[in-house]
Amino acid sequence: MKFYDALGLEPKLALDSDDVKKRFYDRSRQWHPDRFSRASSEEKQRSEEMTAVLNDAFRALRDPVTRAEYFLRESGLELSKDAPPELLEEVFDLNMALEELRGGDESARPQLAAAQERFTGMLGDADASLAEYFTNYDEKPDRAVLDEIHATLNRRRYVSNLVREVEKELNVHSAN
Amino acid sequence: MSTLQIDFGHAKPRIVGIDLGTTNSLVAVMDLTGPRILSGIVPSVVSVTSSGEVIAGSEAREMLITHPERTVYSVKRLMGRGMADVQDELKLFPFRIAENSESVLKLQLGDKVMTPPEISAHVLRKLKEDAEDVLGAPVTQAVITVPAYFNDAQRQATKDAGRIAGLDVLRLVNEPTAAALAYGLDKRKEGIVAVYDLGGGTFDISILRLHDGIFEVLATSGDTHLGGDDIDNLLLQIALEDIQSEWGENVSDNAGLVQLLRRAVIQAKEALSFAPSAWIDLEYGPRKYQREIDVQLFNRLIEPIVERTLGPCRSCIKDAGVTVEQLNEVVMVGGLTRIPLVRSAVERLFRKRPHTELNPDEVVALGAAVQAGILGGEVADKLLLDVTPLSLGIETMGGLMSKLIHRNSTIPASATELFTTAVDGQTNVLIHVLQGERELVKDCRSLARFDLKEIEPMIAGMARIQVRFLIDANGILNVTAKDLRSGKEQSMDVKPSYGLTDDQVEAMILESYDKAEEDFKERQVREARVEADAILGATDKAREDDAYQALSEEDRAAIDRAMNELRLAYHSDDHLLIRNQIEKLNQATMSLAEAIMNEAVGKALKGTNINA
Ligand SMILES: Nc1ncnc2c1ncn2[C@@H]1O[C@H](COP(=O)(O)OP(=O)(O)OP(=O)(O)O)[C@@H](O)[C@H]1O
Ligand SMILES: [Mg+2]
Repeated sequence: MKFYDALGLEPKLALDSDDVKKRFYDRSRQWHPDRFSRASSEEKQRSEEMTAVLNDAFRALRDPVTRAEYFLRESGLELSKDAPPELLEEVFDLNMALEELRGGDESARPQLAAAQERFTGMLGDADASLAEYFTNYDEKPDRAVLDEIHATLNRRRYVSNLVREVEKELNVHSAN
Repeated sequence: MSTLQIDFGHAKPRIVGIDLGTTNSLVAVMDLTGPRILSGIVPSVVSVTSSGEVIAGSEAREMLITHPERTVYSVKRLMGRGMADVQDELKLFPFRIAENSESVLKLQLGDKVMTPPEISAHVLRKLKEDAEDVLGAPVTQAVITVPAYFNDAQRQATKDAGRIAGLDVLRLVNEPTAAALAYGLDKRKEGIVAVYDLGGGTFDISILRLHDGIFEVLATSGDTHLGGDDIDNLLLQIALEDIQSEWGENVSDNAGLVQLLRRAVIQAKEALSFAPSAWIDLEYGPRKYQREIDVQLFNRLIEPIVERTLGPCRSCIKDAGVTVEQLNEVVMVGGLTRIPLVRSAVERLFRKRPHTELNPDEVVALGAAVQAGILGGEVADKLLLDVTPLSLGIETMGGLMSKLIHRNSTIPASATELFTTAVDGQTNVLIHVLQGERELVKDCRSLARFDLKEIEPMIAGMARIQVRFLIDANGILNVTAKDLRSGKEQSMDVKPSYGLTDDQVEAMILESYDKAEEDFKERQVREARVEADAILGATDKAREDDAYQALSEEDRAAIDRAMNELRLAYHSDDHLLIRNQIEKLNQATMSLAEAIMNEAVGKALKGTNINA
């Protein structure tokens, strides 16, 4: 996988973030276009290309979630934008409460704040299980684990959008 | 200078660092001991003289008052902008837009028409010449700074200006990042610092992580139209209203008076940083206008401007993924950070006393020189990793912007997209590239339209054209396209939305070579001859003075000999020889000059009227 290659890493899901950072800095020192300003134009272009990929790679791999997304995409799995079925009922209630708050009904606030807390908790849980799946998959690349990761990521993405939306509404309305 | 001239003949050509500011510009270079400013501040003002010559710097600033219709300041505000962008500016600035400014903005200066990059090129050329005079060697390569929040078109326009001025622009560096380099903040091996830069026309905030000589920008934000100019315009408005009621006359159409008043307003503004009150003081012929402004009133006036800088600061902290507590240092850059209200607002927001040790006018140029040293290989232990300030995307169905490279991505950064045809036999695909954070195309900034052309006609959806968008280390977009079916490079036309095409820049470079650009050596010779003319003329005149006759024969012969030798050297093209002979003539006429001076002083004293 190109991004792993750029940082000289084995394509593993679990990475030591300090190690990733160190590799990024070390390679930047060597490859950055600033180091090639008096070189031939081919060398300059190569440095630019390599640094661009290095930067893109660091951006994708330093964070476990974007890293897993990249890993899945490279394995041919796209993330979906649909609501995870197990959350449908809860999201329905949440949207009602959001509507009420937007309409000025303050009684919806406690319910939203509670939902907010629950969803934030879910994010934490998702991160914890991702970490576990990562080590499992790295030890034994099992397609079933990859599917678990896929499902977790889908859910995480959806929940994190919800959290952001609720937070925004709670803030907007507390401002008035 | 000639005797002290050091021979740089064998050394590598020096790369200079240039701060091309809205109000002031400076040039610096990296020495063994550190960065050094090469010459004084050059006001970023350009003027066309009555003989059609273009001048830049302090001389041009004087022309603002005598010939406002042929003089322009703060042209940086117009770099990379279109007609629609500048409507607000036009209300406040005496810019005279020339006809045919639809595709590229053009300014009318006397009977000359110039684009903003050409005007900036004159400031750059002045800096280049100043640097050459100090270094005693030609300067052809430069690092130029730009506001971090400059978009692609504004950056491109700055690069164009450099090329037109005969400079190979090796790198554009963001101003706050340059300042961080100059501050030597890397003495702290690890840390997070914020740089707050409020200058004449632009505001930038950047947050960096320092790590063993690496300056990694985490996030940047700002406003490319916020600065001292805005305060000046506020004060100017007040003064003009005052004058209207005092004099019973609207003077805002009197450009010379307005510039005089603007100067008075700026003086008051700058004085208010150090005194509890200051006077706006205008004398125009027999008429006078005076008004005292105290700090309380001033603070009330500028508070909204200071407030406008805080929003970008907050979002920058958030984007950097840090908390205020994690910031180790805050650095102040730009002339406006001398204002106590600005300092206290920054201190309150960041909860730390900001650094103000370095001269805020010079620190950006010094940093540019450090970056020049990095590129030249003299500075090996530092490296700057900067980011793109704005997201880059393309227009998709329904007038939506689809982001390809997100803001605050480390540059160089890249993205690839696959394009195909929508109908059978289609031979062109149009890509509209945008910059901005908003969802709708109309709320983003159009950068360029790329026309992928000469696509082989085939069934819809069969063509596979891979387009690669690369934002280079200057923050400028480069686009390449490949036809994946043939593996060949895909041909395309580029239409930048604002600014000059490559051909236009080439034409301007040629033109500037014809008219103004001289080789360094030629200029040295020309300058030496001007000096020779002056001293020969003065000596000729002195020879008619009584004092000349009073000299010994020997002294007179020495003067004549030195004059002849200088005249001989005059037509050589060796400036050192000319200067040598000037120096000899200077020596020979020393006692003559003294005698004449005494005589003149004597006369002057006799004529002195005690009552004057
Ligand atoms: N003592 C002072 N008090 C207040 N303002 C000052 C003071 N000294 C300078 N300024 C103002 O600072 C501005 C110039 O600052 P600076 O030289 O940093 O800007 P610049 O680099 O030319 O512009 P920019 O960086 O925005 O392109 C002018 O508006 C000037 O009047
Ligand atoms: Mg500046």
